[in-house]
Amino acid sequence: MTKQQANWSPYDNNGGSCVAIAGADYCVIAADTRMSTGYNILTREYSKICKLADKCVMASSGFQADVKALQKQLAARHLIYQHQHNKQMSCPAMAQLLSNTLYYKRFFPYYSFNVLGGLDNEGKGCVFTYDAVGSYEKVGYSSQGSGSTLITPFLDNQLKSPSPLLLSVQDAVTPLVEAEAIDLVKTVFASASERDIYTGDKIEIVVVNATGIRREYMELRKD
Amino acid sequence: MFRNQYDTDVTTWSPAGRLFQVEYAMEAVKQGSAAIGLRSKTHVVLGCVNKANSELSSHQKKIFKVDDHIGVAIAGLTADGRVLSRYMRNECINYNFTYESPLPVGRLVVQLADKAQVCTQRSWKRPYGVGLLVAGLDESGAHLYYNCPSGNYFEYQAFAIGSRSQAAKTYLERRFENFTDSSRDDLVKDAITAIRETLQGETLKSSICTIAVVGIGEPFHILDQGTVQQIIDTFEIAAEQEGPAAEPDAAEQSAAAADQGGSTDEGVAPMDI
Repeated sequence: MTKQQANWSPYDNNGGSCVAIAGADYCVIAADTRMSTGYNILTREYSKICKLADKCVMASSGFQADVKALQKQLAARHLIYQHQHNKQMSCPAMAQLLSNTLYYKRFFPYYSFNVLGGLDNEGKGCVFTYDAVGSYEKVGYSSQGSGSTLITPFLDNQLKSPSPLLLSVQDAVTPLVEAEAIDLVKTVFASASERDIYTGDKIEIVVVNATGIRREYMELRKD
Repeated sequence: MFRNQYDTDVTTWSPAGRLFQVEYAMEAVKQGSAAIGLRSKTHVVLGCVNKANSELSSHQKKIFKVDDHIGVAIAGLTADGRVLSRYMRNECINYNFTYESPLPVGRLVVQLADKAQVCTQRSWKRPYGVGLLVAGLDESGAHLYYNCPSGNYFEYQAFAIGSRSQAAKTYLERRFENFTDSSRDDLVKDAITAIRETLQGETLKSSICTIAVVGIGEPFHILDQGTVQQIIDTFEIAAEQEGPAAEPDAAEQSAAAADQGGSTDEGVAPMDI
């Protein structure tokens, strides 16, 4: 008697790519707006980006139902934090909370690949990158999702220091100015949508800086 | 006299059909420092008197934000109030999580009242010693409720609880018919005036009172001390002319209120207060 295999999966992959880049006093978080299933497009206008706190934004690709549930969980926990501490959560605090929330479901994970971006308590840009079960790391830039294999090497080429001796891990911010970082993000998505079928339609770019949070869009290939 | 025999347990009735432990809990509310609430069609204002134990200590927090559309002012055992506020916040968060919409105030006060009732029917519990003025907004407009330790709740146009609240209630009774159509700012002024009534001659300063507002298009928030002091300053100047005439009246009122407090020993159970 061979072991029975499941004839359905609780997960689906809705595709898409996310990128975040940290600067000295800003953070850029971007994601495409295409939601797909299999070889079909469900919608061209779905936002994968969620504002979790005043200076903290998360972009997630993967299974959007799990992403939505995760965002709601974090929003509720943030409200409790505000009631107890009378202030917003900082980005590093939210980063730890996200990690704990993901690991809580270690044995039935959120199928969600996240990048968290924002400003830390000193106003410096920070980016945290995650796997599906909560392993995370503070980095200067990151990419997740279906296009990440195409995007990450390009970001490494542009932003990665050739040696840790020249740019220490502590100082994990890019030398770019805000406008240059946004331009880089647009270039990177344009390239990814050439070859990744799940990335395209539009990019939603969110910029967090001292003045607040602003959003812009750019059109991408629709095929 | 007789009530001492039947007041040890919350689960013991008196021969007159009263639960003395519950009534004692409501006494605790009357001992707390004053809290008032009033509402118009579109706004609700809560106010409270902050009594600090000494010059050295900070004052008790008596007004809590429960959600963007609900806030609560408490009088009595503030620790019980804090715990109930946490319960209310959780209920709002859970409801919002499930239904993606704000918890209607009317539902919340019923849940609160049922929670209070449980403590009046368990021998291993005691009633909550705190009265709550719940201010909130929902689809049917602005609401003000009073939840008491007995598990009863009522909706009010305006109400005051805590010590020397009778003075505030008298002021509110005179003015409440105007409140429905009051503007937000007039409502706040009335709230501050009502608080001043409970102070009985003591100078009204923003450091001894707290005001909070919730309204259509205005999430629940506590007004900062500077704003409150400005409002106090605008009408303190006008009141100075009436000041000497008003004070003897206020002294007489407080004497009458003290007498009334003593006479509740005999007579009908004050369950509905």
